[in-house]
Amino acid sequence: MPSTEEPQSSAATKNPRRRNGSADRSNPLVSGDKGGVAGDKVFNGLALAAGVTILLVLAFVAIFLTFNSVGAVYTEEEGLNLGAFFSYAYPLLLGSLMASAIALMIATPVAVGVALYLSHYAPPKLSRTIGYVIDLLAAIPSVVYGAWGMTFLAPALVPLYDVAHEYLDFIPFFAGTPSQTGRTVLTGGIVLSVMIIAIITAVSREIFMQTPKLHEEAALALGATKWEMIRTAVFPFARAGIISGVMLGLGRALGETMAVALVLSVGPLTFSLISSGNSTIPAEIALNFPEAPPGSERQAQLIAIGLVLFLITLVVNMIARWIVSRHKEFSGAN
Amino acid sequence: MTSSTRTAERPSNPSQEPQGSRRNKLAQRPLPPWTWVVVLVASAVVAAALAALFTDFHLGFVFVTTLVLFLVTSYVVTRSRAGRRKANDELCRNLVYTAFILALIPLVSLLWSVTSVGMRGLTEPGFLTSDMMGVSGTTDAESVQEGTSVQGGIVHALVGSLMITLAAAAISVPIGLLTSIYLVEYSRGGPLARAITFFVDVMTGIPSIVAGLFGVAAMSWFLGVLNQAGLISSSRSTMGITAAIALSVLMIPIVVRTTEEMLRVVPNELREASYAMGVRKWRTITKVVLPTAISGIASGVTLALARVFGETAPILVTAGFVVNVNWNLFQGWMTALPVYIYRQFQNPINPSLSEPSYQRAWAAALVLIFVVMMLNLIARIIAKVFAPKTGGR
Repeated sequence: MPSTEEPQSSAATKNPRRRNGSADRSNPLVSGDKGGVAGDKVFNGLALAAGVTILLVLAFVAIFLTFNSVGAVYTEEEGLNLGAFFSYAYPLLLGSLMASAIALMIATPVAVGVALYLSHYAPPKLSRTIGYVIDLLAAIPSVVYGAWGMTFLAPALVPLYDVAHEYLDFIPFFAGTPSQTGRTVLTGGIVLSVMIIAIITAVSREIFMQTPKLHEEAALALGATKWEMIRTAVFPFARAGIISGVMLGLGRALGETMAVALVLSVGPLTFSLISSGNSTIPAEIALNFPEAPPGSERQAQLIAIGLVLFLITLVVNMIARWIVSRHKEFSGAN
Repeated sequence: MTSSTRTAERPSNPSQEPQGSRRNKLAQRPLPPWTWVVVLVASAVVAAALAALFTDFHLGFVFVTTLVLFLVTSYVVTRSRAGRRKANDELCRNLVYTAFILALIPLVSLLWSVTSVGMRGLTEPGFLTSDMMGVSGTTDAESVQEGTSVQGGIVHALVGSLMITLAAAAISVPIGLLTSIYLVEYSRGGPLARAITFFVDVMTGIPSIVAGLFGVAAMSWFLGVLNQAGLISSSRSTMGITAAIALSVLMIPIVVRTTEEMLRVVPNELREASYAMGVRKWRTITKVVLPTAISGIASGVTLALARVFGETAPILVTAGFVVNVNWNLFQGWMTALPVYIYRQFQNPINPSLSEPSYQRAWAAALVLIFVVMMLNLIARIIAKVFAPKTGGR
């Protein structure tokens, strides 16, 4: 009872005020709320400004990086000098691509397998718990992965590299003296693969779960085994999703800094996966930027390769998004 | 049961026999369900024997050989007893399970190594309450030679991480929240909204080190402008706030994406009910829409905090690293916890005796993982506990 009385009394105190003006009576809530009009405008403006800020920030990222990296390719004395920058950047770029390629080759099959396990093989209750566990993989900071790769994984891989060197010497990837610390580009790629498994798994699992149940049951009703069902109903539906997940993983692997900076003992470019050497763009920046004097040509050089990395990841991510958006049109029919 | 009735039927109806036997092959289970256990144990035994013969019992070798033997043997056994299709099915199932185990190995190994090594450093007296002032190569060497406890702690790194993360959140939460409000409430899919959505997607893919470079470049430009205007005389861009700006480049897109998702699931009926009572749009948003979505928004922000707390590269290039506590975001270098770990591994205090540095680094890594896990857990709890009542819908 008291709860109903209270609003009544407050309404009673408000009522006399409303009766005062006849204009207020026609639409008392709107016209009586003069402060609200300004509030609406301010709020709308704020929201718009925030959105524009994001666009500005991204534009500034591109502008600042470009502006600051001019010093790497152009100096007052020498003029435009693209060749020097190119010969500096391409071993780093190749190193980045090599580490990412190794990471993708390991991570993609494992991640698709784990996603399949979670969506189609594991008991549903267990699958949710394991989903959390896989999310944990993504939550662990990259520096911890780097530390683990450097102190635990690298020494454990040394005997393997020795064996690979002994028997697979004829393949250029396993030529050269094997590293005695194990801190090679292959180790770096393996650490990266562990880091991107979580991303690819998350995306693929999501898309596997969305496979139309009717397609799956139709396949099973025709006598398909579970694998045949997955091959004929799940994979065709999920192909675009898997590819975009892999692309997102590639973007992450290309931009990953700390894991590589810690695991790799950097050196000049070499195609041998088991001897020390190679470097990646992010590792190069992280290792040298704190020592580079502000405003120097060295800093400009580092910012310039940062810009190259930015553009590459931009393209990779845009392709991934494009695949997803193209897929959306088709899945509308399902 | 079925097989016994079928065998009983067979003699009474001999003309049906070929068809019946074919049906049998599909319907009955040709292999007992425990086959895989036998195959697995057998391959493990063979692998162990091989390992003892050719290597000095290397565990990794045993594991890989067991796996390969198991996959091959179970395929061959199923193929010979149940046919090609069953064998393929079996092989792929085993491969899926193998992938799952392979993915778990690094996680278990990592958590185990961090906990086992990190606990020792964490239990050193004063690890959580002291900084690295006065810790040098000689003190580290002394602690190893005399067996005393390792000096030095992480309190300066904790302070730095806390300040930088909070500053980054203070920048990115309002911007992210307002942007998602603009996307969901104000623009109904206009060109600007589509551009923002697209570029937020692009921003999620920015490498963290590039965000750090942007922070440095933007701050030194900004300071240069202020210098020319004669407002300040300092031009050192290495400070906490630069790191916060760099981190907010990474954090804003996460906040926008999660908040946008949460605002979109707020039922339109709630908004319309509010409008029908004559409530203004901004009051509707602040009093109806946001409170309904607050649990999702809070959990999204917490997850973004967890992500940003673990970032190393942008802080390394923007805020540097020091040995003492610095509470001031706007002056002087700052150490964050991930940068502390990185420096201890990469440049041990005593280059010839890296053991004490590694011990500190692992302990700090344990603290870092603990904080990040806690943030993740809190995010889940917030999402569960404060979720709006669905009202039986």
